[in-house]
Amino acid sequence: MSARERILGRVRRALADVPPGEDAPVERDYLRQHGKRTVEETVDLLAENLADYRAIVHRADAEELPDLIMRLLAQRGPQYVLVPPGLPPEWLSAADPTRVHDREISTARELDKVESVVTGCAVAIAETGTIVLDGSPDQGRRRITLVPDHHICVVRVPEQVVSSVPQALERLDPARPLTWISGPSATSDIELDRVEGVHGPRTLEVVLLG
Amino acid sequence: MSGTFVGMPAFPEAAREAVHDATLRGNLRHATHTIRAKRAKAVAEVSDWATLREAGKRIKDHTLRRLDRYLEQLEESVTAAGGTVHWAADADEANRIVADLVKATGESEVVKVKSMATQEIGLNEALEAEGIRAYETDLAELIVQLGRDRPSHILVPAIHRNRGEIRDIFRREMGEWGRPAPDRLTDTPAELTEAARLHLREKFLRAKVGISGANFMVAETGTLVVVESEGNGRMCLTLPETLISVVGIEKIVPTWRDLEVFLQTLPRSSTAERMNPYTSMWTGTTDGDGPRAFHLVLLDNGRTDTLADEVGRQALRCIRCSACLNVCPVYERAGGHAYGSVYPGPIGAILSPQLRGTGSEIDASLPYASSLCGACYEVCPVAIDIPEVLVHLRERVVEGGQVTSRGDKVVLKPAKGHAAERAAMRAARWAFSRPAALRTGQRLASRTRRLHPRTLPGPGRAWSGTRDLPQVPAEPFRDWWLRTNGGKDGAK
Ligand code: SF4
Repeated sequence: MSARERILGRVRRALADVPPGEDAPVERDYLRQHGKRTVEETVDLLAENLADYRAIVHRADAEELPDLIMRLLAQRGPQYVLVPPGLPPEWLSAADPTRVHDREISTARELDKVESVVTGCAVAIAETGTIVLDGSPDQGRRRITLVPDHHICVVRVPEQVVSSVPQALERLDPARPLTWISGPSATSDIELDRVEGVHGPRTLEVVLLG
Repeated sequence: MSGTFVGMPAFPEAAREAVHDATLRGNLRHATHTIRAKRAKAVAEVSDWATLREAGKRIKDHTLRRLDRYLEQLEESVTAAGGTVHWAADADEANRIVADLVKATGESEVVKVKSMATQEIGLNEALEAEGIRAYETDLAELIVQLGRDRPSHILVPAIHRNRGEIRDIFRREMGEWGRPAPDRLTDTPAELTEAARLHLREKFLRAKVGISGANFMVAETGTLVVVESEGNGRMCLTLPETLISVVGIEKIVPTWRDLEVFLQTLPRSSTAERMNPYTSMWTGTTDGDGPRAFHLVLLDNGRTDTLADEVGRQALRCIRCSACLNVCPVYERAGGHAYGSVYPGPIGAILSPQLRGTGSEIDASLPYASSLCGACYEVCPVAIDIPEVLVHLRERVVEGGQVTSRGDKVVLKPAKGHAAERAAMRAARWAFSRPAALRTGQRLASRTRRLHPRTLPGPGRAWSGTRDLPQVPAEPFRDWWLRTNGGKDGAK
């Protein structure tokens, strides 16, 4: 007998006491979101919760964005910036570091030489201060937001902002690879002292664009 | 379960040693109290916590009661998404499958993201025996691995080590495993973390095979979910060409939507955060992003035996948040190693003896590693009634009865009278001689919850016949004890 049949057989025998017809759907009487907020309040809450987990939050409109990104990059002076294939070109129009495109054949070691990455996002969750990336062309492969030490993520407000985790899941496509990011990489493994940046980017800057 | 912990002394002896270790106790108290306070705050932020907890319980119970169907559905959806599903009835089968998969890639090194399932089956040791080196990449797991040590907490496995010890381990061992620690490494957490970053990055960048567990698997979509903080998970899940995930069959949830419950309760219960820094979700393989081959190994290893027990099966709801460890007065003093298993604390006390059976002395003594104060039940985000299962298992140890072992119904003999009684008495004496442990528990326990065990603990019977009861210093254990007339009545 295969392990599969063996395990499924054991499961069925183990559940002999469970009545066969029993199939009540799980009730979902928990909240869809916590509290009532206007759209602006939701965006403010996102900003607050992002900052609470040590992301650096900026706000800009479409006109200000290129200059802001230029300034953020200049502060760190990276030689190379990673850009996903579908990043709106105007976002980086004022910045002058060399742009590196992540090609499938690029090795992780090559990406390791790049200091900064600029991406969009799929959705941002106000109640938890989370941005979610789904690999769309303005976000790129999962690794590009992982290997560089500095990640600038642009969130279009208010259209990409939801209040809660349930609302975010509704918007996301499970068939895509998803990365949920809440603040920069962190560890509390040494005497519970929080230290930022173990493997993921040590600095996460979120620009609320709107 | 694996042989990693075989030969461990039974809980009371191991605990007795641990409570005399002042460093360990200091580290543990600091850690558990810090997390506990933060967690209470994070939970208080969510006004519907009780409803979310109830929903989590119901989703998991529903899944467990239809586990065969959801396993088949999961297999189908993972396969449709480009993954390959393997089934492993026990640790040996799982280890063999993983070793063969690694060998087929021609590699002799793998990077691992922290996974209790692979610890449970002793995968690292099994791979080592096949000439494959497995590198743990979670910072705490790295500390444990370099220190040739065992993890002692679900969430912060190196909680028993302080910064000075960690610096010494890094200085001494890192060079053996790869990039050595920098000269003049100090003991500040920032420097230690940086040393780990540099040491591990070398491994990530050349790794061809990654091994992980998973926090959740979605039957409907075939999606796997890994929740973490450091980014080592993302490294292992996305940089290698081949990804092998070893996951216990109880980790299934039926639908994509079900994640909305657990992604709210798990981070708040475990690290006391609104959301953990990184959550990765992947469904089979994706062209041009991440591993080209994905293997899912579904692990039984005692889970179906646990499922067969109508009282004990609720332990399979556990989402490994570790909240129950941090409130447990016994864990706080005894430390994780005393439980002789990768699953320490209250959940370990009910899970290990079910996964492994109660044949060994350590497993027979685990159901006694508790003051039954009920704090673990109070914090559990899926409402596992740990005290109820503890009492149930105590009875099993002493009275025997029908259990399922490796899929077969067997009748367990009462543990040889004296041995069981001895284990029970030792555990009881150990707890009773530490009134502080019981008092702490008492303060935490809510007086309103139902604490009365459904069945009487067997040792009560054993004691009442032959000896005086040890003095019981604290409520509400005493309430219960008096109400049940020293264990004679069998009254509820
Ligand atoms: S038993 Fe409950 S509290 Fe303990 S680790 Fe599991 S889910 Fe968390």
